[in-house]
Parts: sequence; C-alpha cells; structure tokens
Amino acid sequence: MSNISASNKEERYFSTITKEQRNMRSPYMIFMTIVLVLVALLFIFPFYWIITGSFKSAAEINLIPPHWFPMEPTTAHYQRLFLEPAWQWLFNSAFMSLVAMVLVCIVSSMAGYVLAKKRFPGRVALFSLLVAAMALPRQAILIPLVRIMNTLSLSDTPWAVILPSVGWPFGIFMMKQFSEGIPGEMMEASRIDGAGEINTFLRIVVPMLKPAFGALAIFTFIIVWNDYMMQLVMLTSRRNLSIALGIATLQAEFGINYGLIMAGATLGSVPIVLIFAVFQKYFTQGIALGAVKG
Amino acid sequence: MSILADNKKLFARSRAIQRQQTKVSYLFLLPALVFFFGFVVFPMIMGIYTSFFNYTMKDFDFIGLRNYVELFGDATFGRSVVNTMVIAVASVPLVMLFSLWVATVIYQMPVFSRSFFRGVFYLPVVMGSVPVVVVWKWVFHRYHGILNWVFKSLGIINSNINWLGDARYAIWCILAILFTTSIGQPIVLYVASLGNVDQSQVEASEVDGCSKWQTFRHVKWPSLMPTTLYVAVITTINSFQCFALIQLLTSGGPNGSTSTVMYYLYDTAFRIYRYGYANAMGVILAIIIAAFSAFQFRIMRTDS
Repeated sequence: MSNISASNKEERYFSTITKEQRNMRSPYMIFMTIVLVLVALLFIFPFYWIITGSFKSAAEINLIPPHWFPMEPTTAHYQRLFLEPAWQWLFNSAFMSLVAMVLVCIVSSMAGYVLAKKRFPGRVALFSLLVAAMALPRQAILIPLVRIMNTLSLSDTPWAVILPSVGWPFGIFMMKQFSEGIPGEMMEASRIDGAGEINTFLRIVVPMLKPAFGALAIFTFIIVWNDYMMQLVMLTSRRNLSIALGIATLQAEFGINYGLIMAGATLGSVPIVLIFAVFQKYFTQGIALGAVKG
Repeated sequence: MSILADNKKLFARSRAIQRQQTKVSYLFLLPALVFFFGFVVFPMIMGIYTSFFNYTMKDFDFIGLRNYVELFGDATFGRSVVNTMVIAVASVPLVMLFSLWVATVIYQMPVFSRSFFRGVFYLPVVMGSVPVVVVWKWVFHRYHGILNWVFKSLGIINSNINWLGDARYAIWCILAILFTTSIGQPIVLYVASLGNVDQSQVEASEVDGCSKWQTFRHVKWPSLMPTTLYVAVITTINSFQCFALIQLLTSGGPNGSTSTVMYYLYDTAFRIYRYGYANAMGVILAIIIAAFSAFQFRIMRTDS
C-alpha cells in the first residue's frame, strides 16, 4: 500500500513542479524557510558540540564565553578514552544490532508472509495477539526478562539484549503489510511449476520483499543500537557494555571531564548517524508505513 | 452416485490440502512464535503473576492485591504519575504543532532539501539518548554550561541558574530535551500524508479563491486527521516511556521532582530490589498505555 502512495506522490511532485517552484519563491515561504534553517541549527547544535568538544583541550573546554571551535585541537581525550575498552563497546553495540537485525528480518518475513497469504485456523486470533502486544510498553516486562536471562545463564552477554528484540512483533506486523502486496498468481504459478513451499518463499516472496527488508533492517539496527534501558539492565561487566552504556558509565565516573565524555559520545553517535544518512530512504519508508494504513 | 463419490473424494482431497497448508503455515510461524511467546508473552504473564507477591531478593510470599493497595498510598508513585501526565500533556500539543509546521514547510521542497531537513530533525533520535543527554547535561551545567552564558548575554537572566538541580526548572529541561527527541517521527509521518492529500481538492479550493489558511484548514487538515491522531498517540506513549533522559540527567531528583512512573519502576526494581512492587507498577503502566493504544486502533479502524 505504501509503495503505491509513495509513487503517486513522486508523480504528483514531478507533474506540478513549476507550480511548486513558484510556491517556494513566495515571500511567505522564504520567511518560513529562514526560520526553519535557524531551528534546524538548534537541532544540529548538540551533535556539533559533542564533536568539537571532544577535540578541545582541558583548558579550552570550560571557557566562558565558549570557543565555538577548538583553537588548539587535541586528541588527548581519545587517547584517554581508548584506555577503556571503547573499541570493544563499539563492537558489542554493532554485534548486537547486526545479529538482531538479521534474526528479525528472517523470523518476521517468514511469519509476516504466512499471516498475509495463507488461510489457517488461528490466524486471526494470533494476529490480534501480536498487534495487542505491540502496544505493550517493553519496559513493563523488563524485570521478568532479567529473570529469564539469569535462568538461561545469558545475563551479561549480548544475547540478553538480542533475543528480546527479536520477540518484538513490530517486524512481523510490517512484513505482513508488505506481503499483502504480493500478487497471489505469482505464488500460484510457482506452485504449478512444482516448487515446494520453501522454494516459493525463497524464489518468489523474498525478492519481492526487498524494500521491506531494507526498511526493517535499518529500523531494527537503530532501535537495538539505542536501546539503552535494555542494555542497562542486562549488561554489567565492563568489557561487555554497549557503547551507549560505556558513555553513561564514563559520565558517572568522570562527572565533568567533558572532553573524555564527548569523545565517547562522538564514538557512539558518529557511526550510527553515518549509517542512518546512507540508509535514510529505507528508514523513512518504514516509519511512514506505521501511519499509512495497509 | 458417482458424482457424489467424486465430491466426497474432492472434499477429502481439499481437506488434506488444507491440513497440509495449516502445517506449513505453523512451520513458517514457528521461529517467530518461539521468540514472541518466550520473550514477550511469557514475561508478561510472569510480570502480572509476581505483582501479587512480596517478591524481593530473599522473599517470595503471596500477598494478593497489597502491592496495588500500597501503590495508591505511595506519595512518590503519585508524584511520578503526575509528572508522567505533565510531560505527556505538555509535549503532545507542542510536538504536534511543531512537526506539522515543519512538514508543511518542507514537503514542497526539492527531494534533496526535503530529506536533508527530515534527517536533521531526526538527528537527536538517531544519535541515541545517551550522547544527546550527556551533551545537554553539559549545556545545562551551572558554571560550565553554555546556556547560562547565552541567557546572561541576552539579558534574560542575571545570575547563573542551577537548571538541573532546581525543582522549578529540572522538569522543563527534561521536557525540552524530550521535545528534540520526539519530533523526528511525526515530521516523517506528516510529510508522507501531506503528499497524499487529494491535490484536485486543493486546486479546486484555490480556484474558488480560498486563502492559504482556508485551504489548509478546510481541505488539508481534515485529511491529515488520522495522522494527527496517530502522532498524538505515539507521542503520548513515548512520553510515558521516557526513561533514559531522567536516569542520566537528574536520577529523578531533586527530591523526586522529576521522577516518572518508568523511572520509579526501574529504581524500585534495580536499586531497592522490590520486584513484585515494581511489577505492579509495570502492570498499571501497561494498562494505561494499552488503553491509549486501543483508542488509537479504534480510531484507525473506524476511519477505514
């Protein structure tokens, strides 16, 4: 459904381009654009302040009035940062996000396809249960999850963060919405050709779900990377922390050593921002799907 | 006779096909169901069950509804509920209006600038709450922060304010940061649905001589209604779940003035180790949020 509306939007955009260009040049729009740029600067500022702060010397960092740019750039804070297992933290975050991403894509596409395209007893009840669970605050099940991970001896391992993210039904919901757009004739044709269920899924369904995989993958990656609360309750020993948790630990231990904390924050935010910038197209598709009814 | 027999055979055959289809379906669903039941449904049941127990590091005694009764008399919990409500009530209209405004400005822009702005307003979400909070904590710092300097230079304040340590200001600081991390998604949603507004109606109203505002008010606004409701609900849920901000910025202080249900739950479970009591809070939080979401799904269904 969202694919159709998106392409309509693009078409409309190209067909009315002259009118919209005219609109953009009206005094009202010019004024609004200027205001928007100013507000946008406020939103970029924290990111800018993190990165520049990480290169300011200890003498420079707390100057009031502040230096807007490091006058004597130094890498001292990074040298201090890497006395901590900071690379390990970054690796842990990447590992958790990547594994969760792959698992979510596999598990959700299988389930979403079946829920959209097959008729079987229990389908409606199951789907209702999944949708209802999506409204549940994940934090409400935090304590039982900690307990379960203890029982499985998975506490303080990346799996304690990964497994609960895979259980979250959002991906199934999303894949179901996308799968509904697959024409039934294609699966019929493949069945007549004698392909088994698994072959039909791999050869027909998976290629058609490509944009959905893109959206769900980047979405899951960012969510798991930033799932601070889950990481906080699950990971404890210093080497096993995620990068977000590592930064929080530095803040708790070093308080106002802002240079070091900003170096950590740079290491934690720059990679994920770059990943987002590259895959933004898929990400916005995934978000918009939540609103566009399937 | 032979037709009947054929029918019977066909019927049996189609039943066999159906049985086979059901088996295949559940095989495809199996991995998802293992994760879903193991890490969502089962913990949910466990959470509800243990909320009826005095459940700590060493105790596990059934006490019926006493956790819930205690919650209603707990002043800190009351305060946390009020704070949670204040955060939600203050942030929802602000987020809605602001994101709608940004969306109306950017949705007609060329593709590149449109995605640039969309990305910029998404930046605080993507960066993650921890980097965002640590830099804001610095900005808000009484002596080392840039905010006091800016406000003093502009003549708004005379002396340095202890933003995060003063009960009068701390909750507003949290609201401000929450705001920056809440508007990314609504903007994306509004841009998408502004693109879906029936363009012929917009043109018709322009031909009829409607002003920009009238066109917006009578043509665009009604068709944005489902998105607006959706935005209202997700923003409310986000505000209810606001945790990292509070834990890292103020730890609920000063004096519980910035504690929320989510923060109090965490504090009760992982600092005081009263699991049963914390689970009772979780159940109440879940009920409140579920009520909001039920409202959302009803709206979405009646609309289509």
